Amino acid sequence: MVAIADSVPKPVARFRFILDRRNVLGSIMIAPAILYVLLLVGVPFLMAVYYSLSAYTIYDPSWSFVGLANFEDVVQDPVFQQTLYNTFIFTFGSQMLGLILGKFGALVLLRPFPGRKFVRALVILPWAVPIALATVAWQWMFDSLYSVINWTLIALGVVTRSQAPNWLGTPHLAMLSVIVVNAWRFFPFAIVIFLAGITAVPQDVLDAATVDGAGFWRRNYQIIMPMILPIVAIGLVFGIVFTFTDLSIVFLMTMGGPVGATSVLGFAGFQTGIVSGDVSHGAAISLFMLPVLFIVVVAMLRFIRRREV
Amino acid sequence: MPRGTLTKALQETSFYGAVAFFFVLSAFPFYWMVITSFKTNGDLYNVSNTPFWFNDPPTLEHFRYLFEKTLFVRWLLNSLIIGVCVTAITLVTALPAAYSLARMTGRNGEALGIGIFLTYLVPPTLLFLPLSRVMAGLGLQNSMWSLVVVYPTFTIPFCTWLLMGFFKALPVEIEEAAIVDGCNLFGAFVKMAIPLSLPGILTVVIFTFTLTLQEFVYALTFISASDQKPITLGVATDLIRGDVFYWGEIMAGALIASIPVAIAYNLFLDRFISGITGGAVK
Repeated sequence: MVAIADSVPKPVARFRFILDRRNVLGSIMIAPAILYVLLLVGVPFLMAVYYSLSAYTIYDPSWSFVGLANFEDVVQDPVFQQTLYNTFIFTFGSQMLGLILGKFGALVLLRPFPGRKFVRALVILPWAVPIALATVAWQWMFDSLYSVINWTLIALGVVTRSQAPNWLGTPHLAMLSVIVVNAWRFFPFAIVIFLAGITAVPQDVLDAATVDGAGFWRRNYQIIMPMILPIVAIGLVFGIVFTFTDLSIVFLMTMGGPVGATSVLGFAGFQTGIVSGDVSHGAAISLFMLPVLFIVVVAMLRFIRRREV
Repeated sequence: MPRGTLTKALQETSFYGAVAFFFVLSAFPFYWMVITSFKTNGDLYNVSNTPFWFNDPPTLEHFRYLFEKTLFVRWLLNSLIIGVCVTAITLVTALPAAYSLARMTGRNGEALGIGIFLTYLVPPTLLFLPLSRVMAGLGLQNSMWSLVVVYPTFTIPFCTWLLMGFFKALPVEIEEAAIVDGCNLFGAFVKMAIPLSLPGILTVVIFTFTLTLQEFVYALTFISASDQKPITLGVATDLIRGDVFYWGEIMAGALIASIPVAIAYNLFLDRFISGITGGAVK
């Protein structure tokens, strides 16, 4: 008895003992990752919630609790209402356009043709290249004076130089421009998602359908589409989350202008919270993203669960 | 001409028309970057010139200006340092976490894995306000090291998820054999699992690096000092004097920063896709 009790408490032995216990070691190995994420995502998130309920600014860092007053201020502000509306238009418009381009692009790239690999590599670029840099290129293409798009329109005789559109300086055109750039950025991702889904559909299922008399469109919409829906849904979750919360495209191309016509939630939160230093109102604006994010994430979890069943 | 041939010809034409459309749509902005960065200013800012090709001979003036008169090299270096540090932090935390999740049995492991992955979807625009206060508290305001601290918040979840797939594909028997040969469990991880998943680790290194290069929101929020900016932020915001955009220099800088990311993505695309779709396609 005594001899056994003596031999156990050696430090080295205890250490080895931990390294051999599956569940203990497992927890130790996963701890740093979880701790990092908790400290720098979880805690800031709670801070954001608290800021939105307080009167905190960078000039007056008082943590006094003001309840929902910030949210009331924000909701009653017509500029904010415009921003919220813009965010939905921006998200919906660019996701629709991106999905349509993605579906067609996938159909095109599915068929073998000379140079397909090269075209596929090029098509990935809009999504791969840092969006801020691509946006700057688009901004230059939309330039009020030296726009290559306008130059082409003028050369084709569609418009004259005096009537040439000022893409980023006219409210509706500016919204259209940021939507196009965002759709352009996401469509390669949509193509890749569609391609991955379509190639995963078993060939014998399609053959059986063809034998039973299903034509191209019928195979497309009654067999392929339902089968790839889960993976398309996951892709769409990414698209919606990153578009609904985006800041960079609007910041670089229009600065929310002209007169707030392209201001979106992320941009408004940045302007109020960082540029003006009104942290509490900025946090309140940002938190308006939460309901949409929540719905999207719940939808995604349901899809993942359905996959498992 | 028989009707079938005509239909066929029409189909072929519309198909190649579609190919051409996608080709131009994807490539034109980059073609525009290239041509702008090599044009002389006199050529760029003359609306009567045909913009699609060189009217004056191409010039390296913009690249020379970029490297000699701006902080471009400094931004390049900053991005490199940030990328290396973030990759190191990510590997050290995500590798063991992913292994642990992959070997966890039952519903807990799965739920924890999905939970970690969902944090990848928490947008920067929700967290930048509190995080900028945290950075101020840490004394990292206006310093590129703030990005080294913050970027792992999205690279760790992403890479843990990606690596989890790789470790799941490794047969448990290999580690059991190592344990029978006298390794402890941790030793089996270090000596067997890590070397066998080197392709996965390489993928994660590449993607961590590209994710840090692509990030813009945190960089914009935390850093206003020119010499602390990473390359994306520097090129997009620092080559403007007052109202004057240095388009030649901006496009040259964007081109240089884009090329490595474009290559990396094309090489590792399939792994990226199977990563984010959680192996839904196999």
